[in-house]
Amino acid sequence: MQHIILIGLSHKTAPVELRECIALTSEETIDTLADFRSHPDVRESIVFSTCNRVEILIASQNSANAIQTAKTFLAHSKRIPVERFEDALYIHHDEAAIRHIFRVASSLDSMMVGEPQILGQIKDAYLVATQQKTSGPLLNRLLHRAFSVAKRVRTETGIGDHAVSISYAAIELGRKIFGSFMGKKVLLIGAGEMAELAVEHLMGQHVEEIIVANRTFERGLALAKRFNGHAIHFDECIAHLRSVDIIISSTGAAGFVISRDQVKRSLRERRNRPLFFIDIAVPRDIDPKVNRLSNTYVYDIDDLQHVVKENIKDRRQEAVKGERIIEEATVKFKHWHESLKVVPTIVALREKIETIIDAEIEHTLSSLNGISTEERQALERMKTALVKKVLHHPTIFLKKDGCREDRTVYLDITRKLFGLDK
Amino acid sequence: METLVVITCGFYFLSAAGYLFYLIFQKDVLQRAGFGLLLAGFAGHTVVMAFAWYQSGHIPVRNLYETLLMAGWATAGIFLAFSHRFNLKIFGIYAAPLITFIMLVATQVPRVPTQARPIFDNFWLVMHIFTIFLGEAALALACGAGVFYLLQERAIKTKHHGFFYKRLPSLELLDGVGYTCLIVGFTLMTFGLITGIIYAKSVWGRFWSWDPKEVWAGITWLLYAVLLHERLTVGWRGRRSAILAIIGFAIMLFTFFGVNFLLKGHHGIFTRF
Repeated sequence: MQHIILIGLSHKTAPVELRECIALTSEETIDTLADFRSHPDVRESIVFSTCNRVEILIASQNSANAIQTAKTFLAHSKRIPVERFEDALYIHHDEAAIRHIFRVASSLDSMMVGEPQILGQIKDAYLVATQQKTSGPLLNRLLHRAFSVAKRVRTETGIGDHAVSISYAAIELGRKIFGSFMGKKVLLIGAGEMAELAVEHLMGQHVEEIIVANRTFERGLALAKRFNGHAIHFDECIAHLRSVDIIISSTGAAGFVISRDQVKRSLRERRNRPLFFIDIAVPRDIDPKVNRLSNTYVYDIDDLQHVVKENIKDRRQEAVKGERIIEEATVKFKHWHESLKVVPTIVALREKIETIIDAEIEHTLSSLNGISTEERQALERMKTALVKKVLHHPTIFLKKDGCREDRTVYLDITRKLFGLDK
Repeated sequence: METLVVITCGFYFLSAAGYLFYLIFQKDVLQRAGFGLLLAGFAGHTVVMAFAWYQSGHIPVRNLYETLLMAGWATAGIFLAFSHRFNLKIFGIYAAPLITFIMLVATQVPRVPTQARPIFDNFWLVMHIFTIFLGEAALALACGAGVFYLLQERAIKTKHHGFFYKRLPSLELLDGVGYTCLIVGFTLMTFGLITGIIYAKSVWGRFWSWDPKEVWAGITWLLYAVLLHERLTVGWRGRRSAILAIIGFAIMLFTFFGVNFLLKGHHGIFTRF
């Protein structure tokens, strides 16, 4: 029987310095897969490498050899000695390996639980493995199952529901105020990584216009060009309060850039349409008293961080539900995997044929006017002989010489052909 | 007919339960169930009203029982119409229990038979009742939107995102729904008052007789008129608009019940026992 083996290291076991050394480029992945393909102890293999993890999924009859091979290939491919990363490696067999890949695909093992990228990365890795023809019936099924489990976890739990980054949290808040960003105007005051990220998110939400104000006008112009918006002089900020809806502020100013009175005056002109201030600057740019004005909302960096913290807590709770779904799927897959042994398959096949014959005998007898006990016994004997003869060749084939290469393939085909898993 | 009233109440009650569970568990199927049950209740309710009308030959608002039935029916109707217009699932959590409550009260009040009087048979009276009741139902929903708005606004302002924050839609949507309810409610109420005045003229020969009900209706109307006027001119919206929608509804409830119980007037017989 082919065993499923997962060998890898992740952010949980290896520091970033080590992960950097181990991470495989796409060429290296292809080379490693090619090495695996030509190795007699490795039947199927998939390799995926992201910035947080490198994992190798193998189907093999000889686990010990396969594990050794994987380690050697990894060391060889990255030109570092096995000893350097051996301690950080985790190795899972069969059920544990199934559970692990389900958890990874569902983003329960991620550094940021619920982050959506990992599923795409695994899909890409699987695509490469199928192109290199290193994935076979066992891993194909495992990966497809992993994709559907991941989807289930995502839709049935709130694991990916709430933003866990500052800039996304700000966007979500905006959505609770405005509903949609269609037709809204954004004013970016100053510059900074987080503020620019927030503006980029907003650009994807079809805001109407992005205005950039910067102390150095040239810098503002450059930013405006990047965001497809237009630049204004720094002193014009206040005048624009009457027309914009979202203000993202991130300047290095020592005092407040926008005061309560300035906002209050503009509110009248804007006929009380809501204003949302996202103040990412430290020290703060927006006077916190602005938040007390009606239809005006101010969130500073601490507020946003608090929101993020709460959302992470929520995700952890949802992750527990996800674990339940995964446990269920793991047990199911384990049953299927174990059924890929020869004996259970032949037993299932025998039962299937017996059931069919039994049903047909009953069907035929019901239209006859009853038969004697002897006649019935004769029928039973015929049934036994029939089952034996039908199964004779398949049994020999599955047990012995027929499967010279990979028994899993034929067992899988047999099960599919006769619908044994239905 | 009595059985149908009970069945209708049952549907409304189950609908309210469905919406309550939807509020807690956030499963879409619960919301759909709540909506379907409300629809079923409304269908039964319509039959009850039609039958009462057919049986007596008069629009069924002759005593408090029938008046409440009418109020519940109008609220359900307006809610269904608005749900169709806005995809505001959470609104049922306000409307369904409100309708259920009205119906439960209706079944508890004594049914004083009123003898038919010729003044009941009048086109203007029917128009007056329909527009007033539908308008008041819309204003009841505006009050609900106001309550939701205040809850959501508080969550965003104080930065404590609790139970309701996740479940309620955006402020802009709540404000917009509240505004639409106000406009519809105010328009219907205006029509209701005009038809009422015409009816008064045709029955009592006077347009306006300083009856307490008339005075309070005038006050209610003025309050809503001020609210809408301010919104259109200087842009009163959000919190202030929500609070006024709630106050307006409270005054309207007083006009509806309080005046009849505490003050005297020619509407008394319909809503007193």
